[in-house]
Amino acid sequence: MELVSTAGAIAASSDMGFMIKGLFSYELFGQELWITTTHVSVLIVDLVLLIFFLATKRKMKKASQVPKGLQNVAELIVEMLDNMVKGSLGGNAHKFANYVGCIFIFILVSNISGVFGLRPPTADYGVTLPLGLLSFCIIQFNNVKHNKFGAVKSLMDPIPLFLPVNIIGEIAVPISLSLRLFGNVLSGTVMMALVYGLLPIFLKFGFPAVLHVYFDLFAGAIQTYVFCMLTMTYVNDKISDA
Amino acid sequence: MITGEDLILACSAIGAGLAVIAGIGPGIGQGIAAGYAASAVGRNPGAKSDITSTMLLGQAVAETTGLYGLLIAFLLLFVKPLV
Repeated sequence: MELVSTAGAIAASSDMGFMIKGLFSYELFGQELWITTTHVSVLIVDLVLLIFFLATKRKMKKASQVPKGLQNVAELIVEMLDNMVKGSLGGNAHKFANYVGCIFIFILVSNISGVFGLRPPTADYGVTLPLGLLSFCIIQFNNVKHNKFGAVKSLMDPIPLFLPVNIIGEIAVPISLSLRLFGNVLSGTVMMALVYGLLPIFLKFGFPAVLHVYFDLFAGAIQTYVFCMLTMTYVNDKISDA
Repeated sequence: MITGEDLILACSAIGAGLAVIAGIGPGIGQGIAAGYAASAVGRNPGAKSDITSTMLLGQAVAETTGLYGLLIAFLLLFVKPLV
């Protein structure tokens, strides 16, 4: 009994650190909705990106032949993203560079925002599922656009009996894309919260930085790269098989 | 006095522990992928960047099944669907 109540207390205290918290609620069409920490984190990430982009736009208006400062950084980022897209899509890269670059920057900044004390927005399934669905729409739109009726025919690929299996295979794409990102970022967030909860106060400064580098920077960058690479691989699969 | 709810919580904790055993499979798979990538780089050092990106992609896909187990563990521990 003592044990059970202690476990309950630990469970109750542990969902302070990393669970999504509601900040305030409002009514919309008779339904109670909450503004949560995820909304705040997404807003902060978006504001940071917006400020960076506006500053870059101002700078690029009077761009110089020899880049320096902010112009140099912006050109480095754009060049890196273009090369990544070109590496896996080849001649079709210019059509998808905008979309892939956009989600790459958003997911990367979201993942590494854990370093700055935010709860990463991508540790909420409500953020990663729309990203997966966006990729799903891009994939299926290009499938229909490029293969016309072949898109339907490929669903019945060796024989029409395989139709349900192939449909499930298509629907699994956004789910696995979003769950992979969500699971990785959430596990990092939970582990960081547990470590912070376990350590005595004088160890809380300094030592967790190592774990932040691994869970937030390394795993975050890898998962960003993987999300974009998988999206491009699926798109390439659809537009090149005809 | 152990109530029914306490029993469910205790069993949920055990179930969460069992669910993360799913991590064994991806561990083996990622190790195999990294090992073959290392030997491929040894044979053909010029293709290092291609091999690395292919390896990371394969490892991330292999990791998904382990993450499903982890998510089940999180659900059992923090969402408590059975209580």
